[in-house]
Formats: sequence, structure tokens, C-alpha cells
Amino acid sequence: MKSLILSALLTLSATPVLACETFTLGDLTIEHAWSRATIGADRPGVFYVEITNNGSTDDALIGIATPAAGMPMLHETVVTDGIASMPHAMSIPVPAGQTVELAPGGYHGMLMGLTATLAEGDSFTVTLSFQNAGEVAVNVEVLSLRAEGPDCDDAN
Amino acid sequence: MRRRQLILGLGGASGALAFTLGLGWLQSRGRAQPPAALLPLPIGEMGFALTNHRGEPVRPADWIGRPTMAFFGFTWCPDVCPTTLSDISGWLDELGPDADRLNTVFITVDPERDTQQVLADYLANFDPRITGLTGSLAEVERAVAGFRARFEKVPRDGDYTMDHTAGVFLFRADGRFASIIDYHEDRRFALPKIRRVLT
Repeated sequence: MKSLILSALLTLSATPVLACETFTLGDLTIEHAWSRATIGADRPGVFYVEITNNGSTDDALIGIATPAAGMPMLHETVVTDGIASMPHAMSIPVPAGQTVELAPGGYHGMLMGLTATLAEGDSFTVTLSFQNAGEVAVNVEVLSLRAEGPDCDDAN
Repeated sequence: MRRRQLILGLGGASGALAFTLGLGWLQSRGRAQPPAALLPLPIGEMGFALTNHRGEPVRPADWIGRPTMAFFGFTWCPDVCPTTLSDISGWLDELGPDADRLNTVFITVDPERDTQQVLADYLANFDPRITGLTGSLAEVERAVAGFRARFEKVPRDGDYTMDHTAGVFLFRADGRFASIIDYHEDRRFALPKIRRVLT
């Protein structure tokens, strides 16, 4: 994946509502995939998404891959006794019948080793790997550094 | 506010300890005040010399006369800091011109990477009333100690990250500590706390 050329990685999104696109993989629905702009390529980017398991079997997000970053990983922000830390998440449970959010202040994808600065309006692909359902590629929209999430009509 | 899953006090454990230690004192004094030792110092008693993102020297005494809202972080983190800065920008928006009377200060705990220029680039994305502070590690440590906050450099994947106190500290115009807005606290509680130091 990393062999792809830069221009293929960060294509300008055709519409401003890319993050509102919905992807399905078996019983899983994946939506609201977004990221924040970075002030340089030498610092990590972030990846947020919402996963709904409509099936009757538990699943888990076990990894992410993207041509936009050399070392993408799953993290969780934890605040214990007022101290914020960011441990690795080996896997993120996606229980049957539930929606799991990678969202500000909780689980998130940390994109280390960005191939380029993420600018507002860019988009890139992230491939999500699930324990049972397999893999699915989603389009990720880069919002402003100040964004708290995509503005979708269906957002609750 | 679905993401506000946790409401954790600054130092839940240390707070409990403070309460235990303070009981005798409270009973003898008969006034409901926690012991001063574990609260942030009044700004007037803090001592540090840092530089803001515009390159100007900043000392705690400069803040006296206006209420202060201060928090620690580092621009390397992709999740906590943009979220906190975004929340604070939102609060300042809602407070409108009233917020002009606040010293709103972001103190980096990662001065190694957060130079004055990095802070300037980063803060350009948020409310212009937020001032970023950096300086030598020793001066950052003095600032953190004055707030009774904590931070720790944690090696990670050949690099490092910083664990740090995530709450937002509020001080009255005379420099006395007022309250803390916890990281996961609902903004419905945040705005009244800020308004309280503005009055």
C-alpha cells in the first residue's frame, strides 16, 4: 500500500460530506469516518469512525491500515485520577447489536508516520480489519483541527 | 455529548486522601474547606518564567487582575489536545465578549517539541484568545508544580508521548484558585464554572 504515490493518497474530496458516507461489511455498518488536519507531516494524525454491529455475533476491530501513514495503530484515551494517558488498544470490541465509536476523548486511530500533512478537505483510505467480518476500506474525510465530528443529517 | 462517558475528578484518589487528611482540620475549624496543600497555589504565589507563542515573556503575576483559565497539554497528541482546545474555543464563543476578560492559557508539557513556532502554528487553528506557553523544562516543571498538576514522559514506539493532567483550571481575578473543569465533564457544567470566575 505504501508504494502508492502521494497524489493518489490525498485526493481532494469531491463533496464536503464524504464523512457521511456509509460502508457495509456483512452485518457491520461503518460510517462517519473522519480525521483532523495536522500542522505538519511530522506529527500524528487521528482517525475516528462509528461501527454498528447489526448481527447476532460479537466482533472486534483488530487493526487499521492506511496509505496515509506508515504506522497506524489503535489507541484509547484514558483519564485516571485527572491524568490523561493514551494506551494501545489491542482490539476494540464491537458487540452484537451495538454501536461503537472511535471518537474524541476515547478510542481513536493514531496515524504515526504520516506521508503528508493532512489538510482540511483532503481524504484518504483506511482499511479496517475485524476479527470475524474481515476487511473493509472506507474513505476518511479530513476536517479542521478544531472539528468535533462530521455534520451529517443522520448524525444523532 | 455521547463521548463524555466518564466524569473523573482531578485526582479522584488524591481528592479522597485530601478529604481524609483534612477531616480533623475541618472538624477543628468547622469550615468546609479542603486542605490547601493539595490545591493549586494562588497565582500570586506561583513562580515560573515562560514565553508565549508570540515570543513575549510571561510570569504568573501578569495574570493577576483578570480571571484565568489554564490547562496543560502538548500539540503532538492527536486526540486530547485538539479536543480540549476545541471545547475551549467553543466555550469562548459562547461567552462572547465576556471571555475577552479571561487569561486563557495553554501550557505545554512537551517543550522539547512544542517550540514557540509550533505553538503559534497550532493555535492559529483555534480561538485567538488562547495563549500558548512554552519554555525550559525546568520552568514548565515549576508551573506544573504550582498548579499541583502532573506530567510524565512515556517512551512509545521509538518515540514518546506525555501523560498529563487533563483538567482545565479556573482562577479568580485576584489569583485565588476557583475550580477545575474535568476532561470529560459536560459543557453544561463548564460554562457556569467559567461565568463564576468572570463575575
